[in-house]
Amino acid sequence: MRFWPALIMLLALSAASPSRAAEGTDPAADARAFRDYFFKKFPDVRPDDFVNGPYALDKDMRRQWEEKEQFPPYEFSLEMGKELFAKPFANGKHYADCFPGQGIGVRQTYPRFDEASGQVVTLELALNQCRETHGEAALSYVGEDMAALTAYMAFTSRGKPFDIEIPDDPRARQAYEDGKRYFYTRRGQLNFSCATCHVQNPGERLRAEVLAPALGILNAMPIYRSEWGGMGTISRRFVTCNSQVRGVPLEPQSEEYRDLEYFLSYVSNGLPISGPGARP
Amino acid sequence: MASSIRVRAIAKNETTEVQTLIQHPMDSGFVKDDKGDFIPAHYIKELTFEHGGRMVFVADWGTAISKDPYVKFAFQGGAKGDDLKVSWIDNKGATDTVTVKIQ
Amino acid sequence: MRITWQPRLLVFCALIGAMDSTFAMETQTEFNAAYAVAEAAEKEAGILRNQWTATEAALAEARNMAAKGDFKRAIAAAKEAEALARASIFQATQEKEAWKDREIH
Repeated sequence: MRFWPALIMLLALSAASPSRAAEGTDPAADARAFRDYFFKKFPDVRPDDFVNGPYALDKDMRRQWEEKEQFPPYEFSLEMGKELFAKPFANGKHYADCFPGQGIGVRQTYPRFDEASGQVVTLELALNQCRETHGEAALSYVGEDMAALTAYMAFTSRGKPFDIEIPDDPRARQAYEDGKRYFYTRRGQLNFSCATCHVQNPGERLRAEVLAPALGILNAMPIYRSEWGGMGTISRRFVTCNSQVRGVPLEPQSEEYRDLEYFLSYVSNGLPISGPGARP
Repeated sequence: MASSIRVRAIAKNETTEVQTLIQHPMDSGFVKDDKGDFIPAHYIKELTFEHGGRMVFVADWGTAISKDPYVKFAFQGGAKGDDLKVSWIDNKGATDTVTVKIQ
Repeated sequence: MRITWQPRLLVFCALIGAMDSTFAMETQTEFNAAYAVAEAAEKEAGILRNQWTATEAALAEARNMAAKGDFKRAIAAAKEAEALARASIFQATQEKEAWKDREIH
């Protein structure tokens, strides 16, 4: 008899349990515990350095990265992002009109929980919402233009600490909790969770890559990935991470992905934005 | 439109260190597009660095060089304020050139 | 005897031929049934937001083989897809609680 059906028959299916209620969550305590875990695991790494991912954990990679940062590969995309951000829509309005502070130096406050719509609004979503408000077609979340725009906005926030808020709204706490659950849930045929690589094995090699720690992992986004030969968004990375564990990716900016970004950003509060980043 | 060539040259003692980042697709000709057709090869064939009338670095490139290539090298000689001319020509005959002052 | 032997053989062969095509029709029907089951399981995995790329690949293989008329392979692929889909459903269901074991506290 085939293995999997036999396994399923042998093991009782656990009763489907409801998502963990928002009442029991303490995001601040979670964040402290999260940081302590990584500080303890890597005592020689300066707290702020976690935002540099594998470069904080591998000396040789760091040397190569520091050299390249003198002439970073993301320069072209960053310039394009600056131009795209400044370019007016057909109706004469700008991206600056949709964001606090004209969109400059605000990246570290995204994602936000939007109490009006009851959902997490990421920077990418906010950019497309801005476009739609002003009669423009949405940009692809995994395309070059969105990557360039978010790269520029991240650049204007470089050095500013992540400052994510979870308002006193049970829906916000639930979104955070859902993001946390997504992070730790195993998925795909390879049965990995985000935590498998980024909590249990940071600094280890996965094929030719050195795994980044989950703490500060979004601070460098979007990233110029040598593997992609270009700049890629958070959406793109979530999608490719899913397919790499042989899970069918969800739609970019799905609720799960936005909640995940919310959780990962919140637990990295206090660590500086380092984006746009460069990775192998 | 800005040049495709970003270059920084720094003179130190008797040596000048040069870094350059060039914007170019460097298509190998082996990659297919969404429709399944091969994207034709489009790559820089020759990259040259000229200082004081002398070629200090010449690269003969082909399809193995990746997109947006980065080059770093050092040469003997060169002083602050000297001109350094960087040029490339690709397999379609397109060229670009830029002259910068050594810092 | 010789004269009656050949017609009997012919009738026999004709009967075999008829049975063959009858089997072929059943195999197509069998395939349709197997594929529908696999597809339904994959859809359930989709509701749980946990489909595997391996399942999708097996379903595609099943469709390709069926299109070529190789129903034996097509059914095998469909059954493989069903098993993979069920495994992904099992994974999602288990993980509803199991994720907590890995949470940093």
